[in-house]
Amino acid sequence: MVQMTLNGLRVEVEEGMTILEAARFYGINIPTLCYHEGLSPYGACRLCLVEIGPSGQSKLVSSCTHRVEEGLVVRTHSERVVKRRKMLIELYLATCPQSRVIQDLASKYHVTRVRFTPRYEDCILCGLCVRMCAEQMQGKAIGFAHRGSNRKVATPFDVKSEECRLCGGCMYICPACQSRCQGPQEEEPLCNACLNLDQPCLNYFDDNMCFMDPCVACELGAGREAKAKSRDGRL
Amino acid sequence: MEATSRLAVPEDLAGLRERLKDRLDEKKPRLVVCGDTGCTVRGSRELAAAIEKILSEQGLSDRVELKVTGCLGFCEKGPLMLVFPGAILYQKVQPSDAGEIVEKTVLKNELVERLLYTDPESGLPVACAYDIPFYKLQNRALLETCWYINPLDIYDYIARGGYAALAKVLGGMTPEAVIAEMKEARLRGRGGAGFATGLKWEFCRSSPGEEKYILCNADEGDPGAFMDRSLLEGNPHAVLEGMIIAAYAVGAKEGVIYIRIEYPTAVLKLEEAVRQARELGLLGKDIFGSGFDFDVIISKGAGAFVCGEETALIRGAEGKVGEPRQKPPFPADVGFRGKPTVINNVETFVNVPLVINQGAALYHSTGTESSGGTKIFCLVGKVKNTGLVEVPFGTTLRQIIFGIGGGIKGGKKFKAVQTGGPSGGCLPEAMLDLKVDFSDLAQAGSIMGSGGMIVMDEDTCVVDVARYFLQFLKSESCGKCFSCRVGIDRLLEILDRIIAGNGSVEDLALLEELAVTVKDTTMCGLGQTSANPVLSTLRYFRDEYLAHVRDKRCPAGVCRSLFRYRIDEDLCAGCGACAEQCPAGAIKETDEGCYRIDHGLCTVCGACAETCALDAITKD
Repeated sequence: MVQMTLNGLRVEVEEGMTILEAARFYGINIPTLCYHEGLSPYGACRLCLVEIGPSGQSKLVSSCTHRVEEGLVVRTHSERVVKRRKMLIELYLATCPQSRVIQDLASKYHVTRVRFTPRYEDCILCGLCVRMCAEQMQGKAIGFAHRGSNRKVATPFDVKSEECRLCGGCMYICPACQSRCQGPQEEEPLCNACLNLDQPCLNYFDDNMCFMDPCVACELGAGREAKAKSRDGRL
Repeated sequence: MEATSRLAVPEDLAGLRERLKDRLDEKKPRLVVCGDTGCTVRGSRELAAAIEKILSEQGLSDRVELKVTGCLGFCEKGPLMLVFPGAILYQKVQPSDAGEIVEKTVLKNELVERLLYTDPESGLPVACAYDIPFYKLQNRALLETCWYINPLDIYDYIARGGYAALAKVLGGMTPEAVIAEMKEARLRGRGGAGFATGLKWEFCRSSPGEEKYILCNADEGDPGAFMDRSLLEGNPHAVLEGMIIAAYAVGAKEGVIYIRIEYPTAVLKLEEAVRQARELGLLGKDIFGSGFDFDVIISKGAGAFVCGEETALIRGAEGKVGEPRQKPPFPADVGFRGKPTVINNVETFVNVPLVINQGAALYHSTGTESSGGTKIFCLVGKVKNTGLVEVPFGTTLRQIIFGIGGGIKGGKKFKAVQTGGPSGGCLPEAMLDLKVDFSDLAQAGSIMGSGGMIVMDEDTCVVDVARYFLQFLKSESCGKCFSCRVGIDRLLEILDRIIAGNGSVEDLALLEELAVTVKDTTMCGLGQTSANPVLSTLRYFRDEYLAHVRDKRCPAGVCRSLFRYRIDEDLCAGCGACAEQCPAGAIKETDEGCYRIDHGLCTVCGACAETCALDAITKD
């Protein structure tokens, strides 16, 4: 067992665990897009970033790839982490606004604006499908091709692969192709209809976050109404 | 040729060096021609052939030695040639000059004055290379050897004390003592991050497991940087010697030199060096009879800039797609083939024999408190003397740019210097007295990087510069991390908007916020430093950004959407040269006999302004 500090609490976790696993074990929710329990960690979506090390010399690392160490100090919801995470979610929204998973993340982490031109891309290159195909389906039919902004998931040479058994595992696990809920709202880059999951505590408890998920915000009043009230100082 | 038998014990090396003593004869006339890429392009190969022909024609081949070496450093003035004794530097030498040089300098001991370097201040010619300010102000601890050795000849290297450090190490130093020496010398990795070399070796040594590896990072990819190439082409054996010592210190039996395929000459020279070293038993089994085995293989990259990042390099060397992975575990624990690995830069390895030969105390007497030794920079851009520059750590930027570099070309004003390649920052004039050191540069918002140094003058627009470097990084990002791939793309989107004249003041805040996010959240060194060009220019040249977004004006006159060319009708003589040059047909004669630009047609190419003899066409 390893002793570490998680959001201000001294905790004991099993050796060999990742920070993400340890945090989830203690009921702390860290958002992810490219992580799945059944697949090897990849560390590409950057949403699971946590702050480690003493303040002043701290750095951000992806918690899905970083193993716990003796004496490690981890903050999963510090101001720095939340700020960066929100910016990333904003970028995800601008990349792939048609994805329900990403819209939900936006509401949950209180991202209420998109300052970039929306692009409606089909893929966020989280690599879940590639790993699903290789690790769970033993298919290895798809992989990454090209580099940088040309990178894409493809079969070898872009032709129908002999290896593909059409199992659909890739589609099952894809966070980008899950369509948005068909509510009465207009198809804008940002939905925010379930913003009632807003976490007002974030501004007050930097290190010691509240562990309830979904948080109490929704009990204090429904969504947008509560937010409007709190903004006016009536709550 | 000298005996090619194996060097079985360290004493054999001393014996061999004794036999090679006449190679050091300083009185023997020697002609040294620079064989590095820059000079080769300008015709140094033809020059060497011409000299050889003349020497053999006049029967001087035995008496006069001709040598084609690696980079002589003063690339601006190539093709370069040195004549010994006296280290007389001839610049811009053409094959047709060969006869005159042999006749006058070699035979009569006279100077060919028109080929000498002229001191810009006094206007007088300078003969000896060591008296030229460009060289005089440097401390060429690593580069000096390149002047004297033929990189394709191991005996040249041995004659100049090569492999003596290895003999010393294998002849009685323990691995721990070698590591302690590196630590005490305060040798820091020259690849960019400046990690303490001794410490890195120690981590690898103490990492459990028998199988360990030494990797040499020769995947130098920064635009405008060529110090590693120059070392590989000028002194490949020094790299090998450093690697063998490192291998002994950490307990590795195999090494890999990962070199980019775009350096074909360096690859050839390295392959030859490895062959020669094997022949003498300096690589292979039981080196110097110490029972220590080590050999290297050369692995060629496939053109990805990101493979200079150590974890990507390891994957590349393993034959996989070159993509970084999150650290830890560090390569010292899990590296090449999953085993503990030390990865050092070419220049770091070249420093290793120097540390051993000089001893740590003498070595770190140059440099700063935290970083010992010298650092090679590639001084390029709008500076008078471009080339390869070696200075001790702690030298100020001003000394490098204005002392060694001779100041800005064409009487222009200095604007910024970009250190550390595309991922570095732009530092303004106010930071010129900054001492060049890993921590000082990082504090100023730039990085040491591998040693690129690009000087910019007043005609450079920093927004345009930031965009240029981001474009490079965009095409070189591996694309794995979302924050790097999309972040850089979106940064570019904002910069494009600003340069097109559609930016707003809010864009600057967004630019900064996004740049900080990219820097903070990306996995590898490429992504983490990719925002530096934006952040440093925002920090030091915010006024210029504001001029772009608020006044819709580009102060340097670079961003074409933000200025127009205008013909001053009072100055215009009506010659019509501009109208002839205009590719868009946008310049028409007016009724008053002068010319006017139709801004609807004008593409702002600037051909008219270049043509105008009266300077009547200005940027508005």
